Amino acid sequence: MNQTSQTAKTVYLTTYWLWIALFVIAPLLLVVYYSFFDIEGNLSLENYQMFFTSTYLTMTLSSFWYAFLITFFSLLIGYPTAYLLTKTKHKQLWLLLIILPSWINLLLKAYAFLGIFGTYGITNQFLEAIGIGTQQILFTDFSFVFVSVYIFIPFMILPIYNAIEKLPPSLVYASRDLGASNWTTFRRVIFPLTLDGVKSGIQIVFIPALSLFMITRLIAGNRVITLGTAIEQQFLVTQNWGMGSTIAVFLILAMVLVMVITRDWGAKGAVRR
Amino acid sequence: MKKLVIMLTVPVLVSFGLLLWVYQINMAQGFGGDNTLVVYNWGDYIDEDLIGEFEEETGLKVIYQTFDSNEAMLTKIEQGGTAFDIAVPSDYAISKMIEEDLLLPIDYDKLDNFDNIDPRFLDKSFDPGNTYSVPYFWGTVGIVYNPELVDGEITSWNDLWDMPLENDILLADGTREVMGFGLNSLGYSLNTTDKDELLEAEKKLETLWPNIKAIVGDEIKMLMANREAAAAVVWSGDASEIMYENEELTYVIPEEGTNLWFDNLVIPNTSKNVEGAHQFIDFMLDAEIAARNTDYVGYSTPNEAALEFLDEEVTSDERFYPSKDVTDELEVYENLGKRMNAYYNELYLRFKMQSK
Repeated sequence: MNQTSQTAKTVYLTTYWLWIALFVIAPLLLVVYYSFFDIEGNLSLENYQMFFTSTYLTMTLSSFWYAFLITFFSLLIGYPTAYLLTKTKHKQLWLLLIILPSWINLLLKAYAFLGIFGTYGITNQFLEAIGIGTQQILFTDFSFVFVSVYIFIPFMILPIYNAIEKLPPSLVYASRDLGASNWTTFRRVIFPLTLDGVKSGIQIVFIPALSLFMITRLIAGNRVITLGTAIEQQFLVTQNWGMGSTIAVFLILAMVLVMVITRDWGAKGAVRR
Repeated sequence: MKKLVIMLTVPVLVSFGLLLWVYQINMAQGFGGDNTLVVYNWGDYIDEDLIGEFEEETGLKVIYQTFDSNEAMLTKIEQGGTAFDIAVPSDYAISKMIEEDLLLPIDYDKLDNFDNIDPRFLDKSFDPGNTYSVPYFWGTVGIVYNPELVDGEITSWNDLWDMPLENDILLADGTREVMGFGLNSLGYSLNTTDKDELLEAEKKLETLWPNIKAIVGDEIKMLMANREAAAAVVWSGDASEIMYENEELTYVIPEEGTNLWFDNLVIPNTSKNVEGAHQFIDFMLDAEIAARNTDYVGYSTPNEAALEFLDEEVTSDERFYPSKDVTDELEVYENLGKRMNAYYNELYLRFKMQSK
């Protein structure tokens, strides 16, 4: 019996490690490897020199800024939504309705917004009707952040919803019994205990938001350039795999940074309280 | 555990079943032998009825696949996974493919209809002597605009800067196209390798940002037809599609000069049916067939004999069939080499970053 469970364990572990090695470690190493080759295939640090010019540094900063905005608004809307969801009668149904849009292809959703936000689209017809007049919505920072938040918000709501669901109601009752106001209960009991959900939400939203492309062209009309856009361009248009990989290396570093920051932030917070 | 095993095996079995089914369907329709011809073309770039007629005439089965960019096509042919017999790359991609030995020379003894092609579209720098390619469609890069939304007439690239078009211009997202009109507006060649000229063009393009609404891809056709902007820099083929959708618009070849582009038929060296590939090219070169194809696609045909079968209104339209005097002044993209190409892209990215 013990023998078979031992073999099973070995089998599972081997599969697991094979998977990790082939699909996680090898691609990462390849990205780093390619980043040291210039466009003619010679070994060089040219790509790294290029990255530290104003074009790419500005791009990195602006990518971070937009990713921050997207994450911030997702959290701002996502947290209360998740909280209210746990209070509703048909939780599963509501949750399904929130997840449902993520079954639709991203490209289709983005295209729909071209119609909704266009000069003669529904939004502007409405603004016209209530007397505000036609505004430019498409190809602005607003539309870019709005559509990105719309796309990412289910990924923010889900982990927070799970964290709130897991919270034993007795803790909330205890806090109320001891005379804490609703706000204090939220601030001192509910929020700290659901912080793990918030952290996963931030990670799941911030990291992909950093490497968004396609929406930058469709919705922002290339007025927003993120690192993801630059990588796409380097690989598909310039066919400079080295430079594309170099940008990807910095993107990976940024992601590691985000993971580390969100982890430390949670740990310290718990101790202080 | 048992559940897990079932969950894993069922999809595998279903996939195998489907694969077998597809194979059977293919065999039933006659695919899979040497009598097939794999054609790799841009999306919506042929009258599909013609494929049926070609199959009837030759007894070959055509497997038709599409791509959406030269780069995607190049990558797939380089990898050599599929035995493409015909591909339709643009000028600069052809010269790249020649450089990388990806093409087979055309055997002109097998093409009876080749004389139909207007000689002014032959022997271009990307394929001297047309050793490897036969023109399929051609066009220009220019400005499509809506006279009802523009005060005055646009005739040149510099009008984009000088006319009151604030936040009203869309650009097609192409490095060579945007850098090209920047260079042309200054009177430089769009194939320049002089870095000072390129830097000057990039600086000038940056000053256009107050007028630029967005830089977009294929959506530009829908956006322009929907009056989202007053003017746009596009390929003439897109312009004719836009004007078909919305008749208010018109197209102009800017007077400073612009790019003359070609999409040519080539035979990749992956071909397993070179004979059939020649049959296909010859079929497409037939005057009447080419005319019908042009009628469907809406781009400009290089087939001189086909012009007779087309509407006089179409072929006399100087916007899409400019005279020889005009086309002689236009420049075909030259393959600038990897390094220069990267530099163009670098400048284009820098220009894009200045939107604020």
